[in-house]
Amino acid sequence: MRWGRLKAMAGKEIIQIIRDPRSLGIVLLMPVVLVLLFGYGVSLDLKHLPVYVYDREASQQSQALLKRFQSNQYFDIVRAVNNYPDLVKALDSGKAKMALVIPYDFSERLRAGGAVSVQALVDASDDNTANVLIGYAQAVVQGYSNDIQLEWIQRRGQQVQPPPLSVETRTWYNENLESSAFIVPGVLAVVMSVIGAFLTSLTIAREWERGTMEQLISTPVSALEIMLGKLTPYFIVGMFDAGVCVVLAIFWFQVPFRGTVLALLVSSALFLIALLCLGYFISVVAKNQLAASQIALVATFLPAFLLSGFLFAIEQMPQFVQLVTRILPARYYVSSLKMIFLKGTPIGMLYGQLVPLAIFAVALALLATRTFHKRLV
Amino acid sequence: MLSRLKQMLIKEFLQVFRDKRTRFVLFVPPIVQMLIFGYAATFEIQHVPTAILDLDHTQESRELISRFSSSPYFQVGWQLTRPQELVDLIDRGEATVALQIHPGFSEDLRKGQTAPLQVIVDATNSNTALIAAGYVNQIAQGFAQDYQTERMGRISPYLVDNIPSVELQPRPWYNVNLKSRWFFVPGVIGSLTLVLVTTLTAFAVVREREIGTLEQIMVTPIRPFEFILGKTVPFFLIGLLDVSLIAAVGTLWFRVPLRGSIAVLFAGTVLFMLCMLGAGLLISTVSSTQQQAMVTAFFFIMPAIIFSGFGFPISTMPQWLQYLTYFNPLRYFLIVLRGTYLKGTGFSILWPEMIAMAALGSFLLVLSVLRFHKALD
Repeated sequence: MRWGRLKAMAGKEIIQIIRDPRSLGIVLLMPVVLVLLFGYGVSLDLKHLPVYVYDREASQQSQALLKRFQSNQYFDIVRAVNNYPDLVKALDSGKAKMALVIPYDFSERLRAGGAVSVQALVDASDDNTANVLIGYAQAVVQGYSNDIQLEWIQRRGQQVQPPPLSVETRTWYNENLESSAFIVPGVLAVVMSVIGAFLTSLTIAREWERGTMEQLISTPVSALEIMLGKLTPYFIVGMFDAGVCVVLAIFWFQVPFRGTVLALLVSSALFLIALLCLGYFISVVAKNQLAASQIALVATFLPAFLLSGFLFAIEQMPQFVQLVTRILPARYYVSSLKMIFLKGTPIGMLYGQLVPLAIFAVALALLATRTFHKRLV
Repeated sequence: MLSRLKQMLIKEFLQVFRDKRTRFVLFVPPIVQMLIFGYAATFEIQHVPTAILDLDHTQESRELISRFSSSPYFQVGWQLTRPQELVDLIDRGEATVALQIHPGFSEDLRKGQTAPLQVIVDATNSNTALIAAGYVNQIAQGFAQDYQTERMGRISPYLVDNIPSVELQPRPWYNVNLKSRWFFVPGVIGSLTLVLVTTLTAFAVVREREIGTLEQIMVTPIRPFEFILGKTVPFFLIGLLDVSLIAAVGTLWFRVPLRGSIAVLFAGTVLFMLCMLGAGLLISTVSSTQQQAMVTAFFFIMPAIIFSGFGFPISTMPQWLQYLTYFNPLRYFLIVLRGTYLKGTGFSILWPEMIAMAALGSFLLVLSVLRFHKALD
């Protein structure tokens, strides 16, 4: 390997990137756009869910219960209807996420004693929203029920006892349960996948498609020099983009950064090297840009997006999918990102993440160097 | 005109199906993505790894613990003896929930005082934390209620039988078992259609430009309009075939019920694909290389998916973003998909979405055809 030739190769690649100002602009803008997209767009903090009510009694008691829903920040009673088909239509069209039905003998049965039930029809096509919604609704009804019982016991001159149990929940690492603190660190992995594999996967395929590969092969530059020359500029871009993400995460979305910069640098560099080599490998194998981009999508972007724990918790996936995630670099990178940002785990404790990442980097680098031969096939 | 169009179509199909790799990437990655998404995308929370530190060792504390270990939501993996172990497990991310029962727990209960139950939740994943904390509360509440009832029963059985209470009876519609997969599979069909049709169309045109064959086509008597049709029709058909394939995987493999009519689904799909053809053409008019097209398409695809309600409810986004989602064709297509799949709704409910897609589609197509003429001149 000659330093001069490597420099020339990298220089050519840099010129090619810079000459295409839009691609360059986009590559530099991408981290900003992605961090903002995910930071604002990805949230599960549900509030003001539209509720329809069908109060079949319209008594003081039933109205008191509904008032509790109205004053709760999670619910918005948008309409009261007086027949069942209207409720069905509201749920069908998505105008209501929940419909409450209060029985016609609500207060009467409360007076008689025993349990009265209030029906909540919930649009469960979105299971997560439905789950959270039911939890909140149950808490409202529970509160109402407790107050009624308290009053009932007092009226009978009985001594009111304090509740037997109090649950003191502390949420660690992300005290206010901010979605952005959970999501934004992982965006680094997505950005790097796009740069690392998406863009580099096109570089060799492009040379083949345009016919410039023959010219490249006829020069004395070696296979290893071509690879390093092609990848170095993208490495620089990738690390720069990672930096932009980190700055935005910390200063714009106020995500706590509790770990060390060193740990972040090491894990990011390892992940980026692994992905660049993977992208290069795909590019060599695919030989045309359409195929390369589609393969890169499945091999790098989707895993970073779906199988890394970025959005969806890995423990909740089926067992065999969990096994698959173990052979994906993105999993280890996202997990190290969350630990570095939120938990402040020192680099010495990250061996479970860094060692696999290092193995991937070395293995994929070897794979990439072995596959590309300077031959015209 | 028809014969020229026919020639153009033959050329396109030849070009697509001649290459083994292209044939492969047109059909295999979409199905792989469908499978990965179907398995990985879930917000269901079950078997949360849980550690318990019981410092009381009484019948009451064991009774409480057994309620957790018999719940499907928690997987009690550790029974600890020292507080430090609890902290370590959470720090290393092995346990997500930790319960701590203090010495004197049962004594408090017997004396009629409020006994504390300390809960630590790892909130690096804020969604898991929120839902898991809700389940902890639910279980603890159940324990407290039963204890209270039993205590009251000892004092006066009359009270237990006659005390009024209100309970919520949740009826999750459309997805009775609250399966995440039922929510995500229709969404994945929509997102994959978007990705496929947009990138295929954009690549098809830009490829000719990049390789230099666009000029050759332009010197033939073919008219720009015929050229556009010749380019879009094949990918419309291939896209339709792909959508049918992934929809079949969703219905037959993942067993998501298709409750509505196929005609409604088909109409919605065609309208949505027109929007995506327009978007793909538009991207091709502003790109001169496939790499540019890829990056530009990416910048269209990511926001379109994130701001569609695919995984994250639109109502949780900032207000100004919610307004922007009205210009997103995927937003409407997802409503149509979930409507036909889960709710079984038809045109009578879904017509506003259909009209919105038709309007956006014609706008995008007209705009892209106009721009395309300009790009050729």
